[in-house]
Amino acid sequence: MAVLPWAWLLAFIAAPAAILLAIALATPIEAVPPFALGWNPEPLALTLTDPLYHAALWGSLRMAALTAGLCLLLGYPMALAIARAPSHRRPMLRALVLLPLLTGVLLRLTAWIAILRDEGYLNAALLALGLADAPLHLLHTEAAMLVGLAYVYLPFMILPIEARLSAADPALEQAAADLGAPPWRTFLHITLPLSLPGVLAGIVLVAVPVSGEVVIPALLGAPENLALGRVIWDAFFQERDWPQAAALAVVLLALAVLPVRWAKP
Amino acid sequence: MRWAALLFGYAFLYAPIALLVLGSFNDSRLTTAWSGFSLRWYRALLADEALREAAWLSLRIAALSATGATILGTMAGLALARLGRFPGRTGFTALLAAPLVLPDLLLGLALLLLFVLLERTLGWPGRGAGTVMLAHVTLGIAYVAFTVRARLAGQGTLLEQAAADLGAPPLTVLRRITLPLLAPALAAGWGLAFVLSLDDVVVASFVSGPGATTLPMLMFSTLRLGPTPVLNALATVLLALTLLLGWAAWRWRPVAGGKARH
Repeated sequence: MAVLPWAWLLAFIAAPAAILLAIALATPIEAVPPFALGWNPEPLALTLTDPLYHAALWGSLRMAALTAGLCLLLGYPMALAIARAPSHRRPMLRALVLLPLLTGVLLRLTAWIAILRDEGYLNAALLALGLADAPLHLLHTEAAMLVGLAYVYLPFMILPIEARLSAADPALEQAAADLGAPPWRTFLHITLPLSLPGVLAGIVLVAVPVSGEVVIPALLGAPENLALGRVIWDAFFQERDWPQAAALAVVLLALAVLPVRWAKP
Repeated sequence: MRWAALLFGYAFLYAPIALLVLGSFNDSRLTTAWSGFSLRWYRALLADEALREAAWLSLRIAALSATGATILGTMAGLALARLGRFPGRTGFTALLAAPLVLPDLLLGLALLLLFVLLERTLGWPGRGAGTVMLAHVTLGIAYVAFTVRARLAGQGTLLEQAAADLGAPPLTVLRRITLPLLAPALAAGWGLAFVLSLDDVVVASFVSGPGATTLPMLMFSTLRLGPTPVLNALATVLLALTLLLGWAAWRWRPVAGGKARH
């Protein structure tokens, strides 16, 4: 029963990962396909020394951290509110969080472009309210990219936190309140620590995929915002330097695997 | 305070989608100036040959790869839930879960390199719809496997044991007891894998070949040049399709203790 899926995973996940590593050590040549296998540590070394790739690495880390922070800020109050709702309402509220996930990323990005572009809804509203004299340049900025990333990844933050909060024993908060703790104290000493594993899971579920995101930065972000996803994409599709793309992918893989191992449930 | 958080959160999640739908019925090319209700963008959508072709290709790839992912994912889920500690279980789970969290870009690039090497040594597979399908099966297996495992973990092995005690051979138990009990999980897993395939740009961009442009690939390249009202109409159609699927899943969702009578 396990044999067929095992074979599939070895063939289409383990083997490609090994090949990725092999090609990160290959030499780029002018041919089809554009590499010669061998031992060439230069692409990997370059990912650590080249200022462009340095900037991309930091850009990825910054993007992942800011998105996770934004999702936490938006998602925690929502998770708390869902967990405190009457239990017969919770499945519906949860489904409403999940539903946007099923509606396609590109579809939701189309919506945000319509909102943020120069002649978009937001600018129209700002002009109508007299809050701006001329349309603001909102699209293709880092802020637009972060809003889009937070929008797309928000459900992955809400659901694990909500699961933890719903599973927590309400008697603990009750006891704290009965012993005279003010609400903020109860939150800080009871609710927050109980939800911490959920918060950690949420951060990993958001930050890891965001660190390699290509589509959202390309559609909403600024051209000068570098990230690993974009430099890998460009190295591959534009420069056709496959060993360099593979070497950068190995760095991204290492970056992504570490927190997943660390936050194993 | 609590209701404010919910109201704000759901408004943030749904307002952009509502504006998108509204814009698709707007006669004006400018999204913000309402000049009357119109279906002209839907007519333009139907007339767009490239979009139609890409949509048909994507639907076929999604249906086939979801089916493949469901078969393999069910086997994987059964193995995880029923086989206990089989050799390599940890590695199996890690490989299975990898596409769930890792950036799509990694799977896309790595799979492409595999396909290129295979093509060079064996002459197979040529890049195109077939390679996208193989990649999407790989992407979908985990979703099915974890849905199946969750369902199996919730229902114990009593019925299977009873069937075996009454003399049913293992394959009959699987066919007559386990799989029917799993039906809701299989449907949910298939649906997830289908939606996932229909939504993927990154992996498909890497592993696809000339002549096989999927709908998301086409949407992505169009969006990079700037949004068009036709795209709003397309997005609304896709949204209606997903809502229908989501509503069906909600309507026939497995209720604890409802389906499996003991």
